[in-house]
Amino acid sequence: MVTVRVNVSLKPSLLDSAGRTVANSLKSLEFSEVEGVRIGKTITLELEKYDEARVKSMCEKLLANPVIEDYAIEVVE
Amino acid sequence: MKIAVVQFPGSNCDQDALYSLRDDLGVQAEYVWHQESSLAGFDGVFIPGGFTYGDYLRCGAMAARSAVMGEVIRMANDGHPVMGACNGFQILCETGVLPGALLKNSGERFLCESVYLKAENRNTAWTEQVKEPIAIPIAHNEGRFVASDDELARIENEGLVAFRYCEANGELTEKANVNGSLNHIAGLVNKRGNVLGLMPHPERMTKKILGSDAGLLIISGFHRVLAGV
Repeated sequence: MVTVRVNVSLKPSLLDSAGRTVANSLKSLEFSEVEGVRIGKTITLELEKYDEARVKSMCEKLLANPVIEDYAIEVVE
Repeated sequence: MKIAVVQFPGSNCDQDALYSLRDDLGVQAEYVWHQESSLAGFDGVFIPGGFTYGDYLRCGAMAARSAVMGEVIRMANDGHPVMGACNGFQILCETGVLPGALLKNSGERFLCESVYLKAENRNTAWTEQVKEPIAIPIAHNEGRFVASDDELARIENEGLVAFRYCEANGELTEKANVNGSLNHIAGLVNKRGNVLGLMPHPERMTKKILGSDAGLLIISGFHRVLAGV
């Protein structure tokens, strides 16, 4: 079995309103060095075997929306 | 005329849609479960609001890939009337029938209130009756319309903007743009004009006892699309 992580993030040009709220909260906790926060999501896939093209296809067909999101594939083990 | 009201796990405006179509617009309407692979016998489709599949992954992502959507896309491409409200709009964007996407409201809050809507392109079946700004309910957490710069320019140039959030007098103030949508966009049509997606809920205001029947100005677009207006 292969574990594959797909990291999905909002495109940098789009406002991440949740990230902005978290950044404000961190600042209120006196982490004044925080200049920005963006929140993505990690989808962990457990696969019988790894085929990069097929995982890309999963990302493009369902896991990420190319209109608003970027994705990165990471093979864990 | 017979309209399919598509039900997904988590749809919750399906009854509003069905009754507004049947009782107030006066057309036939029937529920269709999302696993159906045929819409034979139907003339149009209403995709209701809700939180399909718990909004997992992205709003409308899973619903957009369900069996019935192949048929909805076919009907949209064939020129049949297709309307999606709220989650239904998100689903239509996820399928690519309409451009762009809906993200979390810029204020990070679920918005359940009445807003004003004005028709932008009045030359569509869904907008031509909306002559003045109308008050209309919204109830959503992810209604901020976004698209790339190029896509947004195309949407504007091709007249795909059906509705914008505005003040009662039609003015486009920042305050009126409640969820932070690009260019105040509240609803879009496809290029052919037979498909409408919008975040507000016209199906919740189709009789006076509900406060207003102005929603019929929009929903009656089903008739006009079929009549080829």
